[in-house]
Amino acid sequence: MKTQIIIAIKIFVLFTILLGVAYPLLVTGIAQLAFPEKANGSLIVRGHKVIGSELIGQKFDSIIYFSSRPSATDYGAMPSGGSNLGPTSSKLKQLVAERAAQFTGFNQLPPSETIPSEMLLASASGLDPHISPKAALLQVERIVKARNFDDSKKQQLLKSILELSEVPQFSFLGEDRINVLVLNLELDKLDNN
Amino acid sequence: MTTLDIIQVLLFIALLIGLTPVLGKYMYKVFTGEKQFMHPVFGWLEKLIYKFIKVNPDEESNWKSYTFGLLLFNLVGFIFVFLIQLFQAQLPLNPANLPNVSWHSAFNTAVSFMTNTNWQGYAGETTLSYFVQMIGLAVQNFVSAATGIAVIIAVLRGVSRKNTDKLGNFWSDLTRSTLYILLPLSILFAVVLVGQGVVQNFNANETVQTLQGAEQVLPMGPAASQIAIKQLGTNGGGFFNTNSSHPFENPTPFSNFWEMFAILLISAALTYTYGKMVGSTRQGWTIFSVMMLLFVTGLAISLYGEYSTNPVFGHISSMEGKETRFGITNSVMWSTSTTAASNGSVNSMHDSLSPLAGMVAIVNMMLGEIIFGGVGAGLYGMFVFVILTVFIAGLMVGRTPEYMGKKVGAFEVQMAIIANLSTSFVILIFTAWAAVSSYGLSSLNNAGPHGFSEILYAFTSAAGNNGSAFAGLNANTLFYNLTLGIGMLIGRFGVIIPVLAIAGSLAGKNITPNSAGTFRTDTWLFAGLLIAVILIVGGLTYFPALSLGPIIEHLLMNSGITF
Amino acid sequence: MSTRQINSLFNKKILLQATKDSFTKLNPIILIKNPVIFMVGIGSVLTTIAVISGIFSGNFSGFNLQIAIWLWFTVLFANFSEAIAEGRGKAQADSLRKSRIQTMARRLVGDKEEMVAAPELRRGDVVICDAGDVIPSDGEVVEGIASVDESAITGESAPVIRESGGDRSAVTGGTKVISDRILVKITSEPGDNFIDRMIALVEGAKRQKTPNEIALSILLAGLSIIFLLAVVTLPAFFGYSLSASGLPMSQNLTIPVLIALLVCLIPTTIGGLLSAIGISGMDRLLQRNIIATSGKAIEAAGDVDVLLLDKTGTITLGNRMATNFFPADGISESDLAHAAQLSSLSDETPEGRSIVILAKEKFDFRGKEIHQKNAVFIPFTAQSKMSGVNLTDAKGIVHQIRKGSSEAIRSFILNGNGFFPKKMEEKVAELARMGATPLVVAEDNKVLGIIQLKDIVKGGIKQRFAQLRTMGIRTVMITGDNALTAAAIAAEAGVDDFMAEATPEDKLRRIRLEQTNGHLVGMIGDGTNDAPALAQADIGIAMNSGTQAAREAGNMVDLDSNPTKLIEVVEVGKQLLMTRGALTTFSIANDVAKYFAIIPAIAVSLYAGKDGIGPLSALNVMNLGSPESAILSAVIFNALIIILLVPLALKGVAYRPVSANTALIRNLVIYGFGGIIAPFVGIKIIDLIINLFA
Repeated sequence: MKTQIIIAIKIFVLFTILLGVAYPLLVTGIAQLAFPEKANGSLIVRGHKVIGSELIGQKFDSIIYFSSRPSATDYGAMPSGGSNLGPTSSKLKQLVAERAAQFTGFNQLPPSETIPSEMLLASASGLDPHISPKAALLQVERIVKARNFDDSKKQQLLKSILELSEVPQFSFLGEDRINVLVLNLELDKLDNN
Repeated sequence: MTTLDIIQVLLFIALLIGLTPVLGKYMYKVFTGEKQFMHPVFGWLEKLIYKFIKVNPDEESNWKSYTFGLLLFNLVGFIFVFLIQLFQAQLPLNPANLPNVSWHSAFNTAVSFMTNTNWQGYAGETTLSYFVQMIGLAVQNFVSAATGIAVIIAVLRGVSRKNTDKLGNFWSDLTRSTLYILLPLSILFAVVLVGQGVVQNFNANETVQTLQGAEQVLPMGPAASQIAIKQLGTNGGGFFNTNSSHPFENPTPFSNFWEMFAILLISAALTYTYGKMVGSTRQGWTIFSVMMLLFVTGLAISLYGEYSTNPVFGHISSMEGKETRFGITNSVMWSTSTTAASNGSVNSMHDSLSPLAGMVAIVNMMLGEIIFGGVGAGLYGMFVFVILTVFIAGLMVGRTPEYMGKKVGAFEVQMAIIANLSTSFVILIFTAWAAVSSYGLSSLNNAGPHGFSEILYAFTSAAGNNGSAFAGLNANTLFYNLTLGIGMLIGRFGVIIPVLAIAGSLAGKNITPNSAGTFRTDTWLFAGLLIAVILIVGGLTYFPALSLGPIIEHLLMNSGITF
Repeated sequence: MSTRQINSLFNKKILLQATKDSFTKLNPIILIKNPVIFMVGIGSVLTTIAVISGIFSGNFSGFNLQIAIWLWFTVLFANFSEAIAEGRGKAQADSLRKSRIQTMARRLVGDKEEMVAAPELRRGDVVICDAGDVIPSDGEVVEGIASVDESAITGESAPVIRESGGDRSAVTGGTKVISDRILVKITSEPGDNFIDRMIALVEGAKRQKTPNEIALSILLAGLSIIFLLAVVTLPAFFGYSLSASGLPMSQNLTIPVLIALLVCLIPTTIGGLLSAIGISGMDRLLQRNIIATSGKAIEAAGDVDVLLLDKTGTITLGNRMATNFFPADGISESDLAHAAQLSSLSDETPEGRSIVILAKEKFDFRGKEIHQKNAVFIPFTAQSKMSGVNLTDAKGIVHQIRKGSSEAIRSFILNGNGFFPKKMEEKVAELARMGATPLVVAEDNKVLGIIQLKDIVKGGIKQRFAQLRTMGIRTVMITGDNALTAAAIAAEAGVDDFMAEATPEDKLRRIRLEQTNGHLVGMIGDGTNDAPALAQADIGIAMNSGTQAAREAGNMVDLDSNPTKLIEVVEVGKQLLMTRGALTTFSIANDVAKYFAIIPAIAVSLYAGKDGIGPLSALNVMNLGSPESAILSAVIFNALIIILLVPLALKGVAYRPVSANTALIRNLVIYGFGGIIAPFVGIKIIDLIINLFA
């Protein structure tokens, strides 16, 4: 009995050192050597300032930017979270109706236009960096108008959307999508030219 | 659904089938002590560990002392994790200066990680320091999984040996599964994940100014190393609150596929190890087939539910609680996998799943986490059903029921029933308690039948040691922390102890050689029977509860009714 | 014996008694032995209380009353099934008991004899039995020889010989001495003789649960507890749903409805029939004139996968038979056959008769000439080891025709200055090698030829062994013959293995070896030297004609002393286990339909729209008339199915000697698949009937 307890404690200490210290340090070491940028959060630096992570969505509701998805945490990352509203939630039903009206009005879309569902429904993490390319295209007219883009800039913007759109990884994994932060950075760049 | 969606599903299944024998054979070698390729890498460490703890790995023990060692080791882990949470503010590696955790939350979390449940009543990034996550939780991620593997290996020894009371050496089984299986695979998976963008550093949180000028705090930390083992060890406790839907945990569709694969890999491969250990890979494949059939059925129902329109919101797909990069197919594949295995990590919010997909998730857990299930745990849970099936149907061939030549008698049946009762007890009694008490009901996030499903899901998840949640439920309360904690303990050890007892009893029996009079357990017929017993004995108990939760919600949703 | 008169399931007397017993078995102390039915009993009481308190509080519910009635019926039907099985056993026991009621024994004390009542006899007492006496108790013949009528226990009217020493020394109490006088040493204590034990067993009084039955009871109790959990938690779930649908808590499930649901879900069918199945298994053995000393033995019989079978009597007919004539040079086969027949006419042994028959079959001799000639028959003597006939022909010359073993005939011929042809010598040796017995026929000093006598394998035995093989049972033939002979017979009979020149020690060793390799061994034996092997074997069947030692050592006794019975015993054992498995599967499979009847019925008001019909009515796949009729139909079906399955429980499921897999598929289709479908149909029909009267 006593020997068993001593064995249990000893092996636990050993495993704590091995798995709790050595293992994460080893992985960190490899990660920092092999993929330093990714291991540190795929941060995007503009000027000398870190303005975000390529992977973490940001809140965009300005008229001059492509809007991002609704977020239950309003893109606050501490902590992340979803709405957790269920399929028969009247609150969600109301939210969807409000968001649809808002999106249609904000982008001056015809009422018959079907809005991509990700623009009406909140993501899981509250930090979804993507929207569908279709949702981006629906916002182009509004942004062109807000930023006073001429036709060539509009064409450039459309080209950027096409270029930045990600197709499924290895052509079969995941969905068509576009990174809103990256797109908006591109948009700013386009405007500054 | 598109062709691409179908390809993703098929590829996933094909890879699982393909790698099962590869890893399964390797694990067989690990536990029979055969030379394998990792031996030169970690062999010295294994010997060193035995030397340090003064254990002779060849000295085997009977089921009682095997179980005793296992319980003792788990107890040490529990006490440690409990204590470091209570004093995390005084401990190092806490750059965000997080305060000490409440005792009941600490109890819940310590139980949760010890039992391989990884239910998280708290939000990782705002509650626990790096110290607790690394030194406490990550270690439990490994050893709770290793405990599960040790149990099933002991069970298989019991099945395949005869006229002995020896089931093996727990310390050596624990060491071997950690060193040769979990650790190498974790390193491999972690590095690949970092390559996809998962963070792995010891930096403090990064505060940035967003493009629109707002302030956003980006969490950091050694995530990849913990995510690899949380998936491989079917732990599921996320580094961040939203688990694998968080872009830092699961940034790309490939990382998603990779993590999802890690959920099922070891549990699936263990079926092959099973076959090897009992001397017939057909036996292993039969069990694999049962698991796969149940898995595919659940997946099909979930996909159907998710791709059907929700009349409440009109004709739009249900992207609520889902990430754009994963879409519906990958979210549903994950929700099915994570509940089939007792993993519990999520890449979408299960609370927002359609009633059918939510029901599949609940049912997967209710059946006892035996559809691949937790590493080791899934297979020994399945073993309980095998014993029950053999007993019920085995009589019909006109012989005393036997499994692998071992007569299944009163003791085995009794233990199998106890194992089955443990989970039923937790799910039904605790759910009922929560459903009639104000402290149970006040935590609900949704009204109507969905609110009931939230409670049902929580206790089912605890009993099955899954750890996923209908996360709208606020479970970080005294009531839920305690009841769920107790539920997890019963769900874990209420199965492990009877299963090891069965193994001990079987080991002592002689083996009747196969003949035409033997009830065969390696046929499609048996697979079908096993499924029937799993559904009728394991599932039918919950039919009333399911009727009043997801089933009625599905019917109401189709009439456009909301709450 | 009496079994033959009570084969009918619906013997009036038994039915009446069983009906009475169904009520006496309501005694909770008896009822608790069956936990599943005990649970129903408690449910019945609670429901009855609910009905009565309803009457007093002024809201009497006819629905609750009907549920209460049917719950009581469920318990009674379960009791009835057990009672009727016991009743059938008792009827057999009664006829046995009659035989010993007024038996008086003549106990020998010193030189004197005294009259005592049979029940006062102790082990070791010696009693005298003359012709006409009933043997008072089990014992062993210590002196004398007698023919005994054992029809009281075996049903066989032909008397059997019992003699001291040797392997036929055991006598059974209740049998009757027909001729001669024997001294019997009593071997059992009062109340514990063979018939006593048999009565106790068939009456079910001393019936202990067998290992499989215990395991199954645990499973059933466990399932009942799980379903109990499901039912007791339901009001809480229901309460949540009521408040979510804005309904008052007063609409929560009532106790009678909950109990109805519980009783439908717990495995009452198999729970109610379990002991009937066990008792009737014993009964079925008894109908085959086999007495098992425990129920455990019958179960073990189903598990046996190696059978050790004695060659003689089991595989071959008891005696050798003539199969061929081999004439010497210059002799026609017909002449040889003629001579062989003549020499055997006086030979009344089965061998001798078989020679006559063979000659008759081959050449149609009818022995008519014998009357025409002056024939003197020479019977077989121990000295001459020959039999034959002396014929005086027309010329008055006496021809000596003889038949016997080659050695005897050789000396007979040499005495007459004849010679034994080399070719015949070789033939004799060859036949012996093949396992046959050569008999030589000679006339005066001339060898006419050889008769081949052979073991005759029983008709149909080969098919029987093939069946056993498909059932996964290996047969091993035990014989004292040499290996060559044994191999020849083994091949002909189709046994899987044989043991030649086997001694009792060999048998014991073989059994132990098989058991170490995980096999369960069944054997049948009679002699004292078989006792250790009988005791070692998992199933040891002693022949009733055998010694007391053998009978004590085995766990079954075959009253007919027919070695082939071993195979039937195995079949009865398998059938017993199959019946249990089939009804368990049926019972569990039934639950699916019951859920579909009751859940939509009780949840009809939840989340209902204006029409008052809630969404869960979608689960009412049987389209049952009303919530009340749905619940009632399920309860009624649940009760009636017990009574409907009583004949099946008593007779056992149809048994065929097929492989495990085939048996499984068959039983699964009937009892598994059927178990899912049947209640859907049954409940629907009952519901239609109820609504017809409503």
